[in-house]
Amino acid sequence: MKFSSDTLRLLVPVLSLAALLAGVYYLQPRAMSYTGLNLLFNLAVPIALATIAQMLIMAVNDLDLSMGTFVSFVACVAATYLNDAPLIGGLILLAAIGVYALLGVVIHLRNLPAIVVTLGMSFVWSGLAVLLLPTPGGAAPAWVRTLMTVKPPFAPMAILASILIAVVAHVIVMRSSFGVLIRAVGGNARTVERAGASVLWVRAGAYGLAAVFAVLAGVALVGLTTSADANIALRYTLLSIAGVILGGGEFIGGRVSPIGAVIGALTLALAGAFLSFLRISPDWQIGAQGAILIVVLAMRLALNRLDRRGGLQ
Amino acid sequence: MTALARLMGKPWIWSFAATLLVWLATVVVTAGASSGGLSEAAMTFAAFYVLVGIGQMFVITLGPGNIDLSVPATMTLAGTVALKFMDTQDGLILPGILIAIAIGLVVGVANYALIKALRIPPIIATLSTSFIVQSAAIWTNRGLRIKPPPVLADFSTSSTLGLPNVAIVALLITALAWVLLHRTVYGRWISAIGQSLPAARMAGIPVDGTRFVTYILCAVLAAVNGFLLSCFSGGAALNMGTEYLLMSIAVVVIGGSAVAGGNSNVPGIWGAGLFMFLIVSMLNTYRFEAGYRLILTGLVIIAVILVASGRQGKGR
Repeated sequence: MKFSSDTLRLLVPVLSLAALLAGVYYLQPRAMSYTGLNLLFNLAVPIALATIAQMLIMAVNDLDLSMGTFVSFVACVAATYLNDAPLIGGLILLAAIGVYALLGVVIHLRNLPAIVVTLGMSFVWSGLAVLLLPTPGGAAPAWVRTLMTVKPPFAPMAILASILIAVVAHVIVMRSSFGVLIRAVGGNARTVERAGASVLWVRAGAYGLAAVFAVLAGVALVGLTTSADANIALRYTLLSIAGVILGGGEFIGGRVSPIGAVIGALTLALAGAFLSFLRISPDWQIGAQGAILIVVLAMRLALNRLDRRGGLQ
Repeated sequence: MTALARLMGKPWIWSFAATLLVWLATVVVTAGASSGGLSEAAMTFAAFYVLVGIGQMFVITLGPGNIDLSVPATMTLAGTVALKFMDTQDGLILPGILIAIAIGLVVGVANYALIKALRIPPIIATLSTSFIVQSAAIWTNRGLRIKPPPVLADFSTSSTLGLPNVAIVALLITALAWVLLHRTVYGRWISAIGQSLPAARMAGIPVDGTRFVTYILCAVLAAVNGFLLSCFSGGAALNMGTEYLLMSIAVVVIGGSAVAGGNSNVPGIWGAGLFMFLIVSMLNTYRFEAGYRLILTGLVIIAVILVASGRQGKGR
């Protein structure tokens, strides 16, 4: 049996998640219960959503350095306006999605470097977040809280939500014609233009869609933490980039994998738990995420080499 | 071409023009009372931005995708370890500096080793090392604030002939960087690699060696900056590098260097560094709340990029 390159791309993230899970189970068998799994993966849900958002931006060859501040901003909106005045809160979030689409338009029209524009926007989002919640506080809307703490039968919410996110993102990015266009812009924008599609609209759409996922990430995060502050999700910028790469995505060429991205996010979320089970000092938690990144990328390189030599037949 | 027209054609002139404007806007409000102190503070803080900015500029010059995200972590680790080693003793200053430089060397080598060995994009390679370096810094620092040796603390907070000492150090390094970029083979090589990597390879440029040296240079400058900053601010803190990731990239781009690489300029980094400090102090002077200050800073960065891109577009 010969693996397709897409399957191979997915193989490494799946294997690394399985290895981490096995490690956790070996160290702490009780973690494999319904409650245990829910606790392990709870915080992975917003990370997975943010990772999908970052993936959409990376699919059009851009990079969003404002992801963390944007998710923080959304969390602040969710804990204040969305709770007190749902209509206004909803409108603010819609406007924020509009701003993202507009950013896509501006970046495309003026041929600006996305890194710098999103860098500037990261100041704007964190400024807005500070204005909304100068001190940590606010309250999660009841319905969000219920949604994030629901206990469905068979599998914990965190697992079901991750699967749902992966499936929805897979359908949009890999199966819909819009998803094909997004990836094609990443692959070769000029070809898309010649084929008669508007690269401008595709890029705006990709940014808008990314904002939708990022908004969901912020709302989900507040549902878990019940309150928010302006710096609540700052590390999501780097985590989301790392998640996409772990999941087999690449910076250029529109090569992304939504299912891989979700698995990558789960792996990063699990890494912290694995270390605390190993009784490694929390000082090294961030470092371990770096080490896992390096190991997974080394594995992928080895697999690709094997594949090229025809070893995986 | 008149001298003025030639000056206007320089990519770095705009960051200085913007800086002058913001400086005037601030000084006018305070009726000139603060112009001396403001300029001195601006030179000091710009010096720190410039030091990391120069390293980042060399890396960005290498072309699309080249960026060093490990700058803040390297700064923190170098500052922490060096200060801890010196333990406020003046006699240990020289080995302390060498330790900071050595940390920069190690991080730079690790960065490029990952880029090369795993064939991963520099963003991910430097991100992974920065996670590990950050952890190492947390582990050594343990939330303590170790004071710098008195001689160093004095040196980094005082001025010579009206210029802050750290600014003098940064100016010297800037001059070296300018010579390196414009007058040496190495400088020509990194520009060539940034313009076209395949072409540079075919021209026989040692691409790997050049990139290797560049990543080391950036990490060493970050380490030296961390060392100076922790002496200046009276001790190394874990969060002291945070704003420097954004700053190091922002000053390069606002300074008029091409984000896509291959075409960089050194003076603009000073203009941009001064500008980034002055814009914040201007908003402070106007008594804006922290939130509005952040929003305006972001909008200004985007506006500068928009203006700069329009200019480059016309030139093409």
